[in-house]
Amino acid sequence: MRLLFGSLFAFVVAALVGLGATYFALSRGAAFGALSIGSWTAWPKSGTADADPYARATIARTGQLPVALGDGVSFSAQKDDNGHILDGRCSVVVSGVTPAARFWTMTLYNVGGELVANSVGRYGFTSEEVVRNADGSFAVTVAPRANPGNWLPTGGVERYSLVLRFYDTAIGVATRASREVPMPAIKTRGCP
Amino acid sequence: MIRWLLLLLGGALLGGIVHLATVMALPRTATHDAYSRLAASAVNTVVPLPSPTPESATMPFMDPAFVSAVCRYDLSTGPLKLRVPVGPAYTSVSFYTRFDVAYYALNDRSAGRRVIELDLMTSQQHNDMPEEEDVTAADRLIVESPTPTGLIAIRALAPEPGLIPAARAALAAASCQRQDLSKMGGQ
Repeated sequence: MRLLFGSLFAFVVAALVGLGATYFALSRGAAFGALSIGSWTAWPKSGTADADPYARATIARTGQLPVALGDGVSFSAQKDDNGHILDGRCSVVVSGVTPAARFWTMTLYNVGGELVANSVGRYGFTSEEVVRNADGSFAVTVAPRANPGNWLPTGGVERYSLVLRFYDTAIGVATRASREVPMPAIKTRGCP
Repeated sequence: MIRWLLLLLGGALLGGIVHLATVMALPRTATHDAYSRLAASAVNTVVPLPSPTPESATMPFMDPAFVSAVCRYDLSTGPLKLRVPVGPAYTSVSFYTRFDVAYYALNDRSAGRRVIELDLMTSQQHNDMPEEEDVTAADRLIVESPTPTGLIAIRALAPEPGLIPAARAALAAASCQRQDLSKMGGQ
């Protein structure tokens, strides 16, 4: 009887620990080889045949096709530079310069990876569309209400993530955060 | 007391194994991965995907600046030939295995022509190719697929919304077709 209870207890612990760890790892999108620059994080290795089991499981669970490394690299941000979660009711400014790439696109998604409906039907910017300053830098205002300049509407959603994708770029598995890869800063300017 | 602590430790160790096993097994059991979402589309044909909108998207995290199409391939009957005319700005072709792992990608600049053209085959089919054909076809791009089935994602960038029709037209002319090995060398 003691043996039965004992092994039952061990199995329950095993199931809780095992499934809990899997759930936790996949909902956090954990994978090895993360490249973090400022608030932005990319997993260049997830777009290669060397993707680790965590990356593969995350890809299978969300149902997305990862950007292949020969195509580009995808950076995402869920927080601003002060560590505050991006809030669609606030005014957030993404400004600075980007690493070298033939094209880049910046897109706003909700937590589930869907585009967010808004009155002007704008879901992001491409490197060709964005209006730049004289020195080549740019500033995009991510806000619920219309703003002059580059305005990316949030649709007022509570949480969102910004995805910055670089196409035909030298950023890869061997890239380290440095001055060679400057990423735009993300600052929350004001919340109602 | 010690007995229960040991059981707890044993359970935690076993939990580690459960964790690794579930992570490894997940891609093989997932029912909503990209390949399954596209399972209804025809095999060995280029199928254009609708642009993502807030209401509907084929899969999450699609880039709205791109026009995309997929070719779900099955190499069991022979190699495939892929032809993609280059769009207005940037065109890329990415190859994924049955389990959505990207194993190869190239873009219009690395292909270096106005048309991206390549042959997709399994390593077995590549080995079975007659040797002289391999030599005459030295400028031919051959991609080896690690799995007999998989996905090719063809994407053309429309840097401005006005260029979407041009990007769509480029992809509409793309083709992925089964090609007999014997005919392939003669072109």
